[in-house]
Amino acid sequence: MITFEYIITDKEGIHARPAGQLIREAKKYASSVTIRCKDKTADAKRLLAVMSLAAKCGDTVTVNCEGADEEVAAVNLKAFLQANL
Amino acid sequence: MHIYQGKSVLEGVAIGPLRLMHSQKPTITDAKGEGAEKEEAKFRAAQQKAVSILQKLYESALSSVGKSDAEIFAMHIDMTEDLDLEDAVIDRIKQGANAAYAVKEAGNEIAKTFAQMEDEYMQARSVDVLDVCNRLCNCILGIEEESVRLSTPCILAASDLTPAQIMQLDKSLVLGFVTARGSNNSHTAILARTLSLPSVVNTQTEIPEKFDGCLCVIDGFTGKVYINPDEATLQQYKQKQTELLAEREMLASLKNAESVTKDGKKTAILANVGRSLECDVAIESGAEGVGLFRSEFLYLESTDYPTEEAQFAEYSAAVQKMQGRPIVIRTMDIGADKQAKYFQLPPEENPALGYRSVRICFDRPQILKTQLRAIYRASAFGNLSVMIPMITSLQEVRFVKALAEEVKKELSQEGVAFRADMPIGIMIETPAAALIADELAKEVDFFSVGTNDLTQYTLAIDRQNQALEKFYDPRHKALLRLIRFAADAIHAQGKWIGICGELARDLTLTEFFLKIGIDELSVSAPYILPLRKRVQSIDTRSVLLETWL
Repeated sequence: MITFEYIITDKEGIHARPAGQLIREAKKYASSVTIRCKDKTADAKRLLAVMSLAAKCGDTVTVNCEGADEEVAAVNLKAFLQANL
Repeated sequence: MHIYQGKSVLEGVAIGPLRLMHSQKPTITDAKGEGAEKEEAKFRAAQQKAVSILQKLYESALSSVGKSDAEIFAMHIDMTEDLDLEDAVIDRIKQGANAAYAVKEAGNEIAKTFAQMEDEYMQARSVDVLDVCNRLCNCILGIEEESVRLSTPCILAASDLTPAQIMQLDKSLVLGFVTARGSNNSHTAILARTLSLPSVVNTQTEIPEKFDGCLCVIDGFTGKVYINPDEATLQQYKQKQTELLAEREMLASLKNAESVTKDGKKTAILANVGRSLECDVAIESGAEGVGLFRSEFLYLESTDYPTEEAQFAEYSAAVQKMQGRPIVIRTMDIGADKQAKYFQLPPEENPALGYRSVRICFDRPQILKTQLRAIYRASAFGNLSVMIPMITSLQEVRFVKALAEEVKKELSQEGVAFRADMPIGIMIETPAAALIADELAKEVDFFSVGTNDLTQYTLAIDRQNQALEKFYDPRHKALLRLIRFAADAIHAQGKWIGICGELARDLTLTEFFLKIGIDELSVSAPYILPLRKRVQSIDTRSVLLETWL
C-alpha cells in the first residue's frame, strides 16, 4: 500500500472536468485507488464519488494506492495531480 | 417593451430576432418493466449509445472550442458510465422498475445530493447529472436528440440549454441566448464564454410563446433582456454595440504596436505570468515580453523541494515560448502568505515582516542554488534575466551574486551551456531598497518595483488584514516619492527600472510612471492592450509631477 498527500492548488478545487481526467488516470491501474478529503473517502475510479468530495483549493487530499501496480500508480497519480490540480 | 432580469454570462450586447426553443421532456412512467434481465439490457445498450453520441460531440468540440471545453463531454462520458449511477439504476431495475424510470429516479437522487452541497460550483453539477440521465432516458426510449435548425441569425430563448445543444447549434447564426434556468457556473455558460456569445441565464420566468420572432436585445453587462425594445432603448444598444466593436478592433490593432507616448517616450509593456503555459496567452495578448515570471507555483504545488530538472523543464519551456522576447524569472518568494509545508517554517507572530524569500535562502542556500542552476541552464535558450525578491541590503545582493558565481563555475566545469552575462535584477519591495537604490544600482543590472509589498511596508499596513483596507492608499505620496527617488538613482547609474506590481495597471497612474521615466510596465495579460492605448494617449510634456508628489 502506498499513501501520499497532496494539497489542491487549482483555484476551483477538484471540479468536474479534472475529476473526469483523474478517474481516467486512476482507471489505468489494476490497483484500487482511494482519495480522502476531510472526512470523506471516495473510490478514485468513480466520477460522482470523486466530485462529491468537493475538494477545494487548499484542501489536503490523501491518495491511497493498493495492488500489484501500486508503485507506478502512485507515481503517475501524483504527477497528474501536480500538473492538473 | 418587456424586460427580463437574469444573470449575465458574458459581457457584450446582442440584438436580433428571438427564437424560442422547446424542449420536450420524454414521458416516463413507473410502469412495470419487462423483467430485470431485459430492462438491464436496455440500460446497457442505452449507455453505449449515449457514449457514442457524446464521443461525437467531444470530437466536434475539440476542433471548435478546444481541449479544455471539450473535456465537458469527456466528463459526461465518464458520468454516463459511472459505477455509482449504474449501481443505483440496476438496484431499481431489480426491484421491478423499467429502465427509463430507474435512470430518471437514480439521476434525480444523485442530482439532489449535488444540489444540496454548500459549494455553489458543485451545486451547478446537478445539472450535468440530469443532462446525462436525460440522454440515457432518450436512448432507452428511442427518442432522437433534438437539434435546432437555424436559417437566419437569432437570439435563442429556452427553458434551459445543455452543453450538447450549444455544440450542435450553427454558431454562425446564434447571436446570444437567454434561458429561464441555469447558472453562471454551468458548463453551458462556460461554452458561451468560449464562443463569445453574450448571454443571460436564470431569468426565472420563461419567455412566452407569443414573443417568438420578436426583436430582442441582450445586455450582457447588466443581465437584462429586452423584448420589443422601444426606439430609444434600441438605439442606445445599437450604439453600445458599435462602440464595443470599435473598441475591440482598436485594441486588436494595438497588439503589435509600440508603447510610445505622443511625445515619443518609449516604454515597454510586458506580462506577469505564473507558469510557462501562460506565455502563449501573454504573446497573444500583445505582451512585449514577460516582466515577471513567478516561480512560486513550482514550490507551492509540490510536496517536496522541486528538483533542478523539474525547474529547468518549466523555465526552459517558458523561455522558448517567448521566442527571443525578454523574460524575467523571479526566484522563489516563499514565506509570509505563501507557505509550503515541507519548508517547515516556524510559525511567526508577524510573518509579513518575517522569514521569507531570500532571507530563508541565507540559511538554506541550497534552495536558491538549485533554482539558480535551473535558471542559468534555461538562459541558453533565449533572452532570460533573473530577479531576486525582498532585498533590503547590499549584503543580500552580494550573497546572491556570490551564489550565482558559484553556479556559473560549476556549470562551466560540467560543460553545460548557459549565458554567463545573464542580467541579474532585484525587486524594490521595501523602503530600504528604494532608499539605497543608488548603491544597489552599482551591483545589479535592473530593478522592478513590487508595489503591493512596497505599499504594505511603506504604510505599515498588513495586506491580509481587511480592517485596514481603508488605510491602504497605493497613491500615497510617500510611496510615489519613493518610486521616483529610486527611479532617479537607478537612471543615474544607467540602469533600468520597471513596475510589476498591481499599480502598473492603474491607468490613472500611467502618466506619472512615464513622466519619471519608468522603463517598463508589467501587468497580467488582459490589461496589456488597454494600458498600451493609455500610453499612446499621453503627452508627458504636459504632466506636472508636482500634482503627484
